[in-house]
Amino acid sequence: MNRNLTLRYLFLILCSIVMIYPVFWLVGNALKSNEEIPKSNLIPTTLHWENFANGWTAIPGFTFAHFFYNSFFIVVLSVFGTLISSAFVAFGFARLNFPLKKMWFAIMMVTLMLPTQVTLVPQYILFTYFDWVGTTLPLIVPHFLAVSPFFVFLMVQFIRGIPKDLDESAKIDGCSTLGIAFKIVLPLCTPAFITTAIFSFIWTWDDFLGQMIYLTDTAKYTVPLALRLFLDNTSAVTWGPMYAMSLLSVIPCFIIFIVAQKYFVEGISTTGIKG
Amino acid sequence: MTEINGAVDKSSGKLHRWIEPIWGYVFISPWLLGLFVLTVGPMSQSFYLSLTEYNLLELPTYIGFDNYKEIFTDDADFWKSLQVTLTYVVLSVPLKLFFALMVALLLFQAIRGMSVFRAIFYLPSLIGGSVAISAIWRNLFGMDGFLNKIGGLFGLQGIDWINTPGTSLYTLVMLAVWQFGSSMVIFLAGLKQIPRDLYESASVDGASKFRSFFSVTLPMLTPIILFNLVMQIIGSFQMFTQAFIVTQGGPINSTLVYALYLYQKAFAYFNMGYASALAWILLSVIAVFTVIVFWSSKKWVHYET
Repeated sequence: MNRNLTLRYLFLILCSIVMIYPVFWLVGNALKSNEEIPKSNLIPTTLHWENFANGWTAIPGFTFAHFFYNSFFIVVLSVFGTLISSAFVAFGFARLNFPLKKMWFAIMMVTLMLPTQVTLVPQYILFTYFDWVGTTLPLIVPHFLAVSPFFVFLMVQFIRGIPKDLDESAKIDGCSTLGIAFKIVLPLCTPAFITTAIFSFIWTWDDFLGQMIYLTDTAKYTVPLALRLFLDNTSAVTWGPMYAMSLLSVIPCFIIFIVAQKYFVEGISTTGIKG
Repeated sequence: MTEINGAVDKSSGKLHRWIEPIWGYVFISPWLLGLFVLTVGPMSQSFYLSLTEYNLLELPTYIGFDNYKEIFTDDADFWKSLQVTLTYVVLSVPLKLFFALMVALLLFQAIRGMSVFRAIFYLPSLIGGSVAISAIWRNLFGMDGFLNKIGGLFGLQGIDWINTPGTSLYTLVMLAVWQFGSSMVIFLAGLKQIPRDLYESASVDGASKFRSFFSVTLPMLTPIILFNLVMQIIGSFQMFTQAFIVTQGGPINSTLVYALYLYQKAFAYFNMGYASALAWILLSVIAVFTVIVFWSSKKWVHYET
């Protein structure tokens, strides 16, 4: 029994090392000199902390503070929009009865499977027409329209798990529909909100394609786009600083995940995907 | 629900009968607006555009099914990208789900330190789509990369994995498999929902661990396997960032995945009509795959009665 457990731990630790090896590699490279990076040893012989300072200022005209600000601006507003709109729509689907509800819900589930490429080109044309290309609006506004059905579905499933007796007694006490939504049901949805916030934070932070299409001006560039500027001119000078900035770019997602980790599996369990 | 509505109606008149549908539509209105403005509208426009030649600068010219005709009869890159994408999907999805399930089973049993391991195994999925990881991949599988160092220990001649047409796609498959975290978390959630007494009765009946995995765990997990399978297939068909950053579709188009080819047509050549036709073909391919999976699922997914 005990030996079995030890073996299991050994196996898990071995797997973990394989899993995070590339991450260690990233940390190692962020601290290496340019000459050392091609040698691909894991641990740097000398630590080059100046890579961070050099990377921070490597793109002419802007520091990485600027790109981080741009990323956070888009991400925070998107997450906020996703949370309000998904909660609103989910309450409607989970708690209210209206004609054609089943049909709309089925349509929503179908759009879950729609490849982004089908709407990408015409949406781009639409936003060109609005004169929004080059601004952050195409990356933010859709999130206020519950554009990810995945999150609505997640919240619908969560709300369905909250006892209906609660709203019914509130109704008898004279509580309005809005009151039931905002005072009774939605405050109980915190775990679903947290799961949604983590996922939408990470997805928006890493949404390279959308940001690349819509942000055309370096002044509006986000962190992923700035990193790509590094990759595009891979002169020998920029390797170490590039890895240093890459390392910084993944830290916000990592912090969010660690802080909210315990809600993660629970949040997903509530989607009730089981049959 | 209707009973309660009836009870409320007695005290507050007929108000609730029609006010609830109105509230219903008010609540779903953000999504409805989004559906029409950002999905249905663009989709119908996209279908129309697929029948035109359109470069954003001039008005679209109607050309019928010429785009589709050209794609199917005269576009080697289309067939290449379809083949590359199918290879990628068929290799990466099953491997990813296999690892996700194995690790979920391991983590489900080891109790102490579970959250630390869970975090470690999830980490690649957390950062896997980022430009940073794609940059590392170029380094790991490059000529002097990690893989060749390991090979070197066994006296193997190193190859430049990313810049060799025969191996470049496999580096992207490995990148995808490495990110099994989100499927794993969903499997973990599913494992939690399997009633304990099923295992108890299995062990009373003298079933070994191996046996109870195949007779209890696996059948009970089939709805979750179906969910993960469908989501991963749909996601893998649309893979873009990794191919764009790690290999740029090369060498000699060996990693020209479909989404990358479509991107080039739309945003490098501004051939919007052609790209729209490509998008509709992608939608059809994904739909066919999804239908096949759902259709076959009747035979292998076990639903509780």
